[in-house]
Amino acid sequence: MNQGKEIQNETMFQMVGAIAGLLFGAGLVISGMTSPEKVRGFLDFTGKWDPTLIFVMGGAVGVHFFAYRFIRGKQSPLFARAFQVPTRRDIEPKLVIGAAIFGIGWGLGGYCPGPAIVSLAQGSHVVLAFVVGMLASSWVVGKLDAQFEARKKACAETAKLQASSTGQQHATR
Amino acid sequence: MFETVWIIRGLVGGVLIGLAASLLLIANGRVAGISGILNQLMVPVRGVEFRWRLFFVIGLIVGGLIAQVLVGGAESLPPSLGTALVAGVLVGSGTRLANGCTSGHGVCGLSRLSVRSLVATVTFIATGALAVWLSNRLGG
Repeated sequence: MNQGKEIQNETMFQMVGAIAGLLFGAGLVISGMTSPEKVRGFLDFTGKWDPTLIFVMGGAVGVHFFAYRFIRGKQSPLFARAFQVPTRRDIEPKLVIGAAIFGIGWGLGGYCPGPAIVSLAQGSHVVLAFVVGMLASSWVVGKLDAQFEARKKACAETAKLQASSTGQQHATR
Repeated sequence: MFETVWIIRGLVGGVLIGLAASLLLIANGRVAGISGILNQLMVPVRGVEFRWRLFFVIGLIVGGLIAQVLVGGAESLPPSLGTALVAGVLVGSGTRLANGCTSGHGVCGLSRLSVRSLVATVTFIATGALAVWLSNRLGG
């Protein structure tokens, strides 16, 4: 039953994407999370603190937690062959450094990616500047990171090859 | 000034976000991490995996507009154009390195009880608070 194509029902698969987007976007506006002032207010723990984000996270995680419970015994989602859920467990420096950099931008601008995209509808060049900066930097950092990882892998392989062919204990790059 | 109506609006909005992520997970088996979705749209591969993400992003904007018309939002903008650009660059590079943002690590990761996501979430809330504190003091 789960053999064959990865996507079992393309029409439904894409429709789900659209409906999930609609619900998500509406949720962000209703909860006030598209307002940088409210988000920065949440992060302003020593000032006039705005706790709204706690309720948003509580509502979202409160619901979504049960979805993960629900799929635990399931072989596959409704319209695709397999669940694609992150499984990594290692805490690597890149995770922490990236989250730290993201946090600074989040605090300065008051937008994370979702609310910034939703706010494009306001037609403001300030929102556009944020989104252009966000997409361009993500693209560039993605390219650099891929190059870096490839070089690291190549170095490791060369070192291994040298060590085995010449019998030397220490290999240079 | 925090008004109590935001408790209700926050919860209702949060539940909608949770339902959106749950629908995507149970029906499509995919994670509603918005930075990841945007990154995958910048990859030059077209197909059904590209299209659901495109429809998600279009839905995001349209859903926001509908809610704006029906109930109104809390409208505000980043402090300035320059701040917005710098903040955007930091958000883009940071979420790429960390493999996720508030939705991927915050909502989806925490729901999955992922330790990686917990570490990421605590980190970006901490540095976010620091950035707000500093910018308020430096008159930003």
